[in-house]
Amino acid sequence: MTKIPLQFRHNGRDVAIFVDGGTNLLVALRELIGDITPKFGCGQGGCGTCSVLIDGELHLSCLTLAETVSGRSIETLDGMKQGPNLHPLQRAFADNFAAQCGYCTPGMLMAAKALLDRNPSPSRAEVVEAISGNICRCTGYEPIINAILAAAGGRVSA
Amino acid sequence: MTRHRGRGMASINYPIGMNLGGDPSQALVHSNPSGKFTVALSSIDLGQGMKSVTRQICAETLGVPVEDVYVDTADSDTGPHCMGSFASRGTHRVGNAVMAAAREARGVMMEAAAEELEVNAADLETDGRGNIHVKGAPHRSISTKDVAIAAQFKQGKTISGRGIFLVPLSDVDPETGEMSPATCYAHACLVAEVEVDDETGEIAMVRMDSAYELGRALNPRLVEQQLVGGAWMGVGHALYETPEPYYPDPVHGPRDFVEYLMPGPGDICPHDIAVLERPAPDGPFGGKGPGEMCANPVLPAVANAIFNAVGVRIDDLPITPEKVLRAIKAQGGARPQARR
Repeated sequence: MTKIPLQFRHNGRDVAIFVDGGTNLLVALRELIGDITPKFGCGQGGCGTCSVLIDGELHLSCLTLAETVSGRSIETLDGMKQGPNLHPLQRAFADNFAAQCGYCTPGMLMAAKALLDRNPSPSRAEVVEAISGNICRCTGYEPIINAILAAAGGRVSA
Repeated sequence: MTRHRGRGMASINYPIGMNLGGDPSQALVHSNPSGKFTVALSSIDLGQGMKSVTRQICAETLGVPVEDVYVDTADSDTGPHCMGSFASRGTHRVGNAVMAAAREARGVMMEAAAEELEVNAADLETDGRGNIHVKGAPHRSISTKDVAIAAQFKQGKTISGRGIFLVPLSDVDPETGEMSPATCYAHACLVAEVEVDDETGEIAMVRMDSAYELGRALNPRLVEQQLVGGAWMGVGHALYETPEPYYPDPVHGPRDFVEYLMPGPGDICPHDIAVLERPAPDGPFGGKGPGEMCANPVLPAVANAIFNAVGVRIDDLPITPEKVLRAIKAQGGARPQARR
């Protein structure tokens, strides 16, 4: 099969890879770029753990054809940390016990970042809506909602 | 169309662990020459906090800071045997094994320290900050690191310990057949309030109030996260989740997370939890286990709340809108019960 050359920005860095036609963005990120922070959950758009930002907008990478992101900017959880410092959202997730098994966490954090980037002071209802495409078995969502509200309100530990 | 509110209550008595084959788990504890300790387990941390709680139990038993203990659950091929992470057994079974292993390792550590300080081991105590000193004479002191180095390079000793917890065999009373299948029980009571729509059969959770008695809460925040999250797994079982909705007919089974329904962030409601601590006599530092029981009382409480709201008694799970509607129709309409 012919490989398709593909260039895009990955967490602020230019990357160039060759993908098979029909490869989805999740596979391209995990297997060709080596960024395993977007998780494979259902592969059908039903769980949200593969969520990434494409030009700042939340997308399910398992349902995104890799070739459609040519020239665009992809953000994943791998780019969230600022140097050695956790992002306030990550800090807030830790403070609020918003992760247990951790499998939904990358998608939850990306959904939360997409929300706070466009709406820094969301209401509780807006937070609930923002993560409604992401499922979590362990936490009961309450700690995740509280963490996102805490990050928005600047209530995070140093 | 009317939405009916109803309230239901359930209490549970939950045995910790199981009894098959004595339900054993083993732990090994050893120090390395840096004076830090490793706990080797095959028990798996699924996110419930097994590593944190066994780390605390080990540090407390050894008398060293918690940051000096590392818990390794990497490989069940090479680690000591564990029955597994299920049946709410982790804190109790594995915790007891870790405690036994750490107690043995502490004995060796104190003997090695006694040799260095030229005193009797019985006269020594740990300060919990990484030092061992003579009781009443804190200036006669040695760090756990220096003890570990001396044991490794001078005395030729391993500072290590082995631990296992095995449930004692329960005797059967020849007259009554009575026996004791579990060594300790946790308890819970939960009140669920729901709203049932008599036109669609849909059920919304309004609030939950619960009390859990689970021995000593060895790590209160981890206990809280289990109880908060587990209640929603219980709601999932009560209202949504099944692989075969028309069992034994396999039709209409869910094929993915879009069809296999679970509570989402928009379905949750306030949940007030009270934790009552009654230390278990045979638990590690009195701990039992909050694991599975955090989901259990939710199911009967929700079923009772639905009966209270519309007067239908659904006795198979999950309690779907279809079942509620059929039952309401069969009895000729919603029959709200007295509010309790």
